Amino acid sequence: MPEEHRIILKHADEPDYTRDIDCYLKHGGYEILQKAFKMKPDEIHQEVMDSGLRGRGGAGFPTGLKWKFLDRKSGKPIYLVCNADESEPGTFKDKQIMYKDPHQLIEGMIISAFSIQAKQAFIYIRGEFFEGARILEEAIEEARAKKFLGENILNSGFSCDIVVHRGAGAYICGEETGLIESLEGKRPYPRIKPPYFPAVLGLYQSPTIVNNVETLCNVKHIVEMTGKEFSKIGSPGNTGTRIWCVSGHVQKPGYYEFPCGGLTMGEMINEVCGGLMPGRKLKAIIPGGSSAKVLRADERFKGKLKDGSEFDWGIWDIPLDFDGPAAAGSMSGSGGIIIMDDSTDIVQALSNITAFYAHESCGQCTPCREGVQWMRKISKRMCGGDAREEDADLLLSIANQIEGRTICAFGEAAAWPVQSFVDKFKDEFKAYAETSPVSSESGDKQLV
Amino acid sequence: MRPLKDMELSQETIAKIDARVEKYPTKRSAALPLLHLVQEEKGYIPDEAIEWIAKRLELNPINIYEIITFYPMLKRKPMGRKHVRVCRTLSCALRGGYQVCKSLQEQLGCKLDETSANGEFSIEFVECLASCGTAPVIMVNENHHENMDEEKTIALCRELKKNTT
Repeated sequence: MPEEHRIILKHADEPDYTRDIDCYLKHGGYEILQKAFKMKPDEIHQEVMDSGLRGRGGAGFPTGLKWKFLDRKSGKPIYLVCNADESEPGTFKDKQIMYKDPHQLIEGMIISAFSIQAKQAFIYIRGEFFEGARILEEAIEEARAKKFLGENILNSGFSCDIVVHRGAGAYICGEETGLIESLEGKRPYPRIKPPYFPAVLGLYQSPTIVNNVETLCNVKHIVEMTGKEFSKIGSPGNTGTRIWCVSGHVQKPGYYEFPCGGLTMGEMINEVCGGLMPGRKLKAIIPGGSSAKVLRADERFKGKLKDGSEFDWGIWDIPLDFDGPAAAGSMSGSGGIIIMDDSTDIVQALSNITAFYAHESCGQCTPCREGVQWMRKISKRMCGGDAREEDADLLLSIANQIEGRTICAFGEAAAWPVQSFVDKFKDEFKAYAETSPVSSESGDKQLV
Repeated sequence: MRPLKDMELSQETIAKIDARVEKYPTKRSAALPLLHLVQEEKGYIPDEAIEWIAKRLELNPINIYEIITFYPMLKRKPMGRKHVRVCRTLSCALRGGYQVCKSLQEQLGCKLDETSANGEFSIEFVECLASCGTAPVIMVNENHHENMDEEKTIALCRELKKNTT
């Protein structure tokens, strides 16, 4: 069985490990911050560039490049924002870090803030993490008392503070410009981009870097081991470890940290997660949070990889890194792998997902606001025993009219599941008019 | 417009509000945190709070109102003293979230999206709570309850009813 390689979650689940600063210091905590202060901010940035680190929030954008876009000449203050909204369905990794090892995030944030020269940082945490917000605020107080935060940190001449800001139950706040609007005290309507990305005009119209929790923790480890060493973990273009979150129909759901590409989907599900439930067969996998396109159990995935080599994979052969699920026509997204076995009524599963996006659309763009409601209504009607043969094509038509016609990627996030479910399980959707009363009985769990 | 009651808040909440406003470069950023603080004390956002917060932050009431109507966690009506949130989203549903929700309604004598007559319980479906590995998951007030099944639901409800005020 592939062995976990824990860097971010190294201590999180050790029996004696507690989240207070004394325990963190005993485990070498804040030593890397002291190392960072002996470097120049640009040198840290170069290490992050060399590491090949890609954002762990969903888009997988290179972190060093994001930092490079920062407008350093505007004369305005620079802000660092940690995206701790963790709201992509199927994802629960950042919670483990914040609840069990909050100082790791804080140390990663101070190092990152020093590198980009941000004196003010924010952690935008989802509203339902009541305890998480308290844990982080306590940890920040502890860090401030030990002079790791505040004015002139450890006599470095660098000052920085972190404010914990709670959301209030809206998925769209995970979108970085929606998050910024929310942090400014407005409705979280995502901003139009290009031309101006947050690195140029972000929070308070100032240069702003928004990074995910796991991404910022990685910065600490990059400074510790150097970017070059970090880049040796995983493979080129897919460096470091990733914390995969497996949920749904497996024996051992949970979070597992592996080097990027260190194992295949089959090894993850059949070995690490103990396989499917007894007597069940695989039906489908959503590999990167509910926005990612679904993969059908019996699909073959063929094509050329970035390095030019050809591949011909079954679903179990897909390597778990950034590029593997993308090569298979989906994405690794936030690392949330949702497993559905043959007990799943696929129309109900899609209906569950469309209800999510209908609830979460911010309502700013017409195609999304109207389209997600229609996709919810149609799929719900289908599940209610009133399915029509033309529903499959109708759903596809609506999804196709949302994709590419919205300000933010929510439009795609809502369209991709519909497009992929209907396309890959078209027979089931077409036949649902006749089979729905039977199949909703046969599915052992109600999904809508 | 009908006259509003004066906003009454505890000294503790006022102190927290003052400290919170100080933390941000602009007052407006404190809007959502202030709404959280008011809701923590009152259990919901009363009409007078909208004007009060707007004035405190030098905004118009609409700037506060438009936030309240956007975010699902901000409530315009009092919720039950024990506010039960049940995750509705796929990973929880695949492992029986809907059954847990049904069972909670039966055990607590409270319907989905309603508050029980005695004001003790509210049950609502919420979207993904980021605990999919321990699905199905619910929250009672600020605490998560994971790996829920029929047995655990019954035991939890017995506990919740025991502590009825």
